[in-house]
Amino acid sequence: MAPVSLEKINKVYENGFHAVKDLSVTIADGEFMVLVGPSGCGKTTALRMVAGLEDITSGILLIGGKEANDETPKQRDIAMVFQNYALYPHMTVADNIGFALKLRKLPKDQLRAKVNEAAEILGLTDWLDRKPGQLSGGQRQRVAMGRAIVREPSVFLMDEPLSNLDAKLRVQMRAEVQRIQRRIGVSTIYVTHDQVEAMTMGDRVTVLREGVLQQVDTPQVLYDNPDNIFVAAFIGSPSMNLYDATLGADARSLKLGSQEVDLPESVLLARPALRGYSGKKVVAGLRPEHLPAEADNATGPKLVGDVELIEALGSEQVVHFTIDANRVLAEGAVDKDEAAAVKHGEGVARIGAKIPVKVGDKITFAVSIEDMKFFDEATGLAIRG
Amino acid sequence: MRFVFSPPADEAAGLLTLPFGQPLEEWQDERLVEIRQRGLSRHVVRFIAEGGELYALKALSERLARREYRLLRALAELNVPAVEVVGIVVDRGPDLDAILVTRFLEYSTTYRALFSSPRVGQPTDRLLDALVELLVRLHLSGFFWGDCSLSNTLFRYDAGTLGAYLVDAETSEQHPVLTDGQRNWDVELAVERVSGELMDLQAGELLPDDIDPLETGEEIQHRYEALWEELTREETLRPQEQRHRIAKRLRRLNDLGFDADELELISTPEGSQLRIRTKVAEAGQHSAQLFRQTGITADEHQARRLLNDIASFHGYLAEQAGRDVGTTAAANSYFETVLPTVPDPLTPGTDDTGEFSRILGP
Repeated sequence: MAPVSLEKINKVYENGFHAVKDLSVTIADGEFMVLVGPSGCGKTTALRMVAGLEDITSGILLIGGKEANDETPKQRDIAMVFQNYALYPHMTVADNIGFALKLRKLPKDQLRAKVNEAAEILGLTDWLDRKPGQLSGGQRQRVAMGRAIVREPSVFLMDEPLSNLDAKLRVQMRAEVQRIQRRIGVSTIYVTHDQVEAMTMGDRVTVLREGVLQQVDTPQVLYDNPDNIFVAAFIGSPSMNLYDATLGADARSLKLGSQEVDLPESVLLARPALRGYSGKKVVAGLRPEHLPAEADNATGPKLVGDVELIEALGSEQVVHFTIDANRVLAEGAVDKDEAAAVKHGEGVARIGAKIPVKVGDKITFAVSIEDMKFFDEATGLAIRG
Repeated sequence: MRFVFSPPADEAAGLLTLPFGQPLEEWQDERLVEIRQRGLSRHVVRFIAEGGELYALKALSERLARREYRLLRALAELNVPAVEVVGIVVDRGPDLDAILVTRFLEYSTTYRALFSSPRVGQPTDRLLDALVELLVRLHLSGFFWGDCSLSNTLFRYDAGTLGAYLVDAETSEQHPVLTDGQRNWDVELAVERVSGELMDLQAGELLPDDIDPLETGEEIQHRYEALWEELTREETLRPQEQRHRIAKRLRRLNDLGFDADELELISTPEGSQLRIRTKVAEAGQHSAQLFRQTGITADEHQARRLLNDIASFHGYLAEQAGRDVGTTAAANSYFETVLPTVPDPLTPGTDDTGEFSRILGP
């Protein structure tokens, strides 16, 4: 087990493409760190620099406190987990898990002990003498993971390991990978483009965009306190509703299109910097769950929208609506097709399953104003302190 | 359903009548063929005989299928031995993966078949040489295999040796140049995979008793390193031996089936440091290149010799001039100054190296 530290790491390819820019992030001993971002954000390149598959242009990579820039993949004591796994049909599950240790000439008794230990962690003890053909899809994945576990590496590296699985097995394996990683406590770097996978699996999540670190923190902090518009839009599904807005002269109100929302003193106390934006344009953000449908007798800030689409999920309704404010789309945070489909002023709200609503209705949302996020229109940075 | 293919694919037109709307594993078409002793695959792979050709059909996600289709086409353009990709079938219906269609390599065989019924003795040596040569060719072409194994390779007998062909490019990547880390990783994976595959044959009692899977797997690393060193090593040349040593080195590269893409001579106090950028040779490329450079038509072997001589002379001129003189100028100079001095016929008993040194000598 070993911490991994990337200090001002850069990757510039021969053609001049700057894939990773001054990336500094530390993965603590035993931590499960997810690197996430859209295609081309540099996450896989960063992982490959840690693996030793890509040369580091500048910066320092420390594994277990030791500089590893010039070490071979083997010297780094890392394991790429079930990337391109192949199970051997004539060999038992035990042999499939332990064969890499045979390559290392490990004595038989030690080999057997390690295989047994891994099988116990993986829930495969009763299957050790079976052949792979008798296993389910999930069990086969676990055998592949067992191969990595028995090596007892300092670091696990996983590059979209679940992307080829069907949806059901993928969800099952997310939980499995997480459980097993917690149990063995090996520092893990996991790359995915799927923010849901990132949020559900990582102890912490590193968000990258165009090679630049956007934010690194726990999933909850990323969700609750995004540092910028990109993170706000990228993390969360459905994503945060972001609109162009204008603060009133005394910063006590916010204009969203033709509608005005009052800002109580508590909002300004929590974000003193907001006063500096009095009378100026900002970007205002609200998560879908912060726009519940208004109860008849409710007071406080409200927003009225036109219902465009309703997704009834049983436990709740996801309501797609429009208002006459300009919807802000963070470039790269959603894919191009999705972005192209977003209507002017479109937003999404989560409301109770029993609230009567239909397409074409006007709906009044109560605005959970304390949860509203504000961003600088020019820099995209969060307005907080 | 959409069939994306590389034209011409006239003979593959019959494939369009296959039941692409059903899961590949459930097909019951009469054109399906069972291939015995096939390699291991993570995906459903089935074989179809159509219009006198045999095709391999592999079900995988559209993203991977499109990627592999593109990479296999790139490999073909680079003249790296690989299966020929015919096309991909996408949009087959809800919950159905795409299908990658490749032409089954004629007269090819798998490692399992080679070990279970060897035609010319035990195949281990030739098999390893073929696999290592394929890996080196890929690496010189900037291809990271990502899954080098016997299962992902087909073999074909070629005048007593074996030729290896890449079958699965699912995990491959194309780069301008590979890093040492990428090459090392590929070799390490190859050692592990081949050992595992041979251990599996052993477990199935399909491996001759005298073959040790682990030693055989490790042999890949040694052979790879030896071939890579042979092809890419830098060497210091003393001025008096410089010209014939370059020619000798180039001939050795040719004998191994490779070419020099670029020669660089760097002056050092100990002599000239020769740096060679090696590339994979293409069929008939020397004839074509010689024609482009000089307008001379020659057979492949002759063209290769002439190009090597010109390349050596180019290096010599560059060192004399202290700068690169350009390929065309070197070729012109070669034909103006060197060829007229060649005796006709060459003096009997003079070896090539000696004659070449004499011709180019000061």
